[in-house]
Amino acid sequence: MAVVFQKPKALTDAPLHYCPGCTHGIIHRLVAEAIDDLGILGKTVGIAPVGCAVMAYDYFACDMVEAAHGRAPAVATGLKRAMPDRIIFTYQGDGDLASIGMAETVHAATRNENITVIFVNNAIYGMTGGQMAPTSLPGQVTQTSPYGRDVKTVGYPIKVCELLSALDAPEYIERVAVNNVKNVLNAKRAIKKAFQNQIDGKGFSLIEVVSSCPTNWGMTPQKALDWVESDMIPYYPLGVYRDKSAKEAK
Amino acid sequence: MSKVLMKGNEAIAEAAIRAGCRHYFGYPITPQTEIAAYMAKRMPKIGGTFLQAESEISAINMVYGVSSAGLRVMTSSSSPGVSLKQEGISYLAGSDLPALIVNVQRGGPGLGGIQPSQSDYYQATKGGGHGDYHLIVLAPASVQEMADFTVKAFELADKYRMPAMLLADGTMGQMMEPVVLPAENSGKTYEKPWAVRGTENKREHNIINSLYLVPEQLEVKNLERYERYKEVEKNETLVEEYLTDDADICVVAFGIAARVSKNAINAAREKGIKAGLIRPMTLWPFPSEAIARAAERVKGFISVELSMGQMIDDIRLAESCKKPVVLCNRVGGMIPSPEQVLKAIEDMEGGER
Amino acid sequence: MAYTQILIAGFGGQGVLFAGKVLAYKGLEEEKQISWLPSYGPEMRGGTANCSVIISDTPVGSPIVSVPDILVVMNLPSFDKYENAVNAGGSVFIDSTLIERKAERTDINAYYIPATKMARDLGLPTLANMIIIGKVIRETGVIDMDGLRDALAKTVSAKHQDLIEANLKAIEAGYNYI
Repeated sequence: MAVVFQKPKALTDAPLHYCPGCTHGIIHRLVAEAIDDLGILGKTVGIAPVGCAVMAYDYFACDMVEAAHGRAPAVATGLKRAMPDRIIFTYQGDGDLASIGMAETVHAATRNENITVIFVNNAIYGMTGGQMAPTSLPGQVTQTSPYGRDVKTVGYPIKVCELLSALDAPEYIERVAVNNVKNVLNAKRAIKKAFQNQIDGKGFSLIEVVSSCPTNWGMTPQKALDWVESDMIPYYPLGVYRDKSAKEAK
Repeated sequence: MSKVLMKGNEAIAEAAIRAGCRHYFGYPITPQTEIAAYMAKRMPKIGGTFLQAESEISAINMVYGVSSAGLRVMTSSSSPGVSLKQEGISYLAGSDLPALIVNVQRGGPGLGGIQPSQSDYYQATKGGGHGDYHLIVLAPASVQEMADFTVKAFELADKYRMPAMLLADGTMGQMMEPVVLPAENSGKTYEKPWAVRGTENKREHNIINSLYLVPEQLEVKNLERYERYKEVEKNETLVEEYLTDDADICVVAFGIAARVSKNAINAAREKGIKAGLIRPMTLWPFPSEAIARAAERVKGFISVELSMGQMIDDIRLAESCKKPVVLCNRVGGMIPSPEQVLKAIEDMEGGER
Repeated sequence: MAYTQILIAGFGGQGVLFAGKVLAYKGLEEEKQISWLPSYGPEMRGGTANCSVIISDTPVGSPIVSVPDILVVMNLPSFDKYENAVNAGGSVFIDSTLIERKAERTDINAYYIPATKMARDLGLPTLANMIIIGKVIRETGVIDMDGLRDALAKTVSAKHQDLIEANLKAIEAGYNYI
């Protein structure tokens, strides 16, 4: 009998700890499929963040490193400089990448470090129980913005793709989502490209994945996916923000 | 081997290269910038990495990355910068990763000054970051030791899978002395089967990690680590004893303070006072046994420090408060003079036995 | 057993650190024990600069020279600051172009040499430091004139090797100044 569906080799058998309806599982799978498709499992080293994906080191079957909060791009820089022929990726959430680790993110990007960054933006701190994130939407109610994010006192959300694409250096920056099949397929293409870029030595590639957090948003999984479509994507438009090679080819 | 005249900071950099370190990450800060400058010149020519990081925090995390890959790696800074590195140092310790951190100390707290100091003793020896851990802390007192201890630090860090620190000060960093540089490829190397270099699809994945959410597991990890620390204490304590055989008064000092103290001890001997010096070369592990032995026969101890008195605590613990221990110090970038130390020796000599 | 402590002081830019290095490298060539310690920090530019050099037959203890046997001063503030520190019977070398006053102490040997003017006259305006070093060598013998070229070759950076002759010329001018 032909096997029509199986778990990617780049994922271990460890059961995921994510909440029901969380899209981390989908994104893990997309990363793993890209690694499988490109045949790079044996030479890939991944870096887990601090946040919901902290235990990603148990889930990816490649060698893994757990980094301090926000420091994954610096750790990735060290790994890549030590082993230029290895494939290095980070997997980071919004608090990790866009708040505490903003300096590491911007500087890895501006050095055009030849690494792949998977940035999961669900507009909230999930692991610690739903606090306001740098990407929480204006008016969004969280544990630490109980009256809604007040942009007058805590400022506006950070749009990472827009911000990083102001830099000269980065190779590839794209924002995708995983709230429906069409978007998932597109996300898969983007993630694979971000790894291919590294294989080709092109430099810093970041894929922002607009994600959901039913638990901390206080919604059913379906409602959360709807909210991604109705509220998140309008604020965080999907698309390619930087594709240096494509631009140069023109 | 021919001697060359070198600054202490440069001797560290060259010795590190000769010990096989090909990756350096740093951030500018006085008085250790010569290390970065030296690495910036040399590393590109030998296929190594010099990278000026965006912060000390990033630099130590880049170190964490290279160490995860199983390669020799270092960073250097001075006191305020080393405070910033503490998070990463705790993670290195918690993930059992070797690395060399150099602290060319300056006066503090806060931005402090840029002149020499030893006031990061507590931070270096008691665990400057969070959690139960130790660093191997080497305290060079000459440019020769700046070079030799660099090699030693890489060796010990690899051997025991823990970060090591070279705790120097502005004087040691800036002074030039003749030095015989270590040979190329110095320092014993160790297999690192734990390193993350890609599985090559031939083994289970390796994980570099300090997170253990199950308290029983985290306890075991801590206990294992402290077993290793016991081995370090047993095997790796280094101490110099100078004229202690017949000494009535025992000066204890490290680094630049030990240099100054030797002058004072020689002057005291000329005056007929039997003074000697115990110079800890490793601050952790601390040479407690040498201190305890001395406590059996000396009248008292004088702790000469460029701090408000930090090492003095370890001296008292080591000699179980059997004999008086007095502090002879200058702070804020000032250095005790030989005359000041001599006076402290004379004061103790004049005291009751 | 000689244990000579030298302090060289002046304004940043007068080459006091370099002058100390020449002594240190030459001492090393003569197989002496050596230490060289600069003042460091922002004062390197424009403010006062000094360096401690110890040349010895026995191991060097503290590298900090607080009681110099030989004091070289290239500006008045340094002379004012360090004159009283000089070891009794020690020597002080004074750039008399820039320092008009005489030594107040009578228990030290004071040598006056118009180094800055001599340097200008020789067409070597940046080498007053070396002229004074020449005088130091003559009066104290702390290092030998023989083999100075080798020591200079090590002191001068690789891209400035063409300056060795000028430095030698300045040292000789100081050495021959009576």
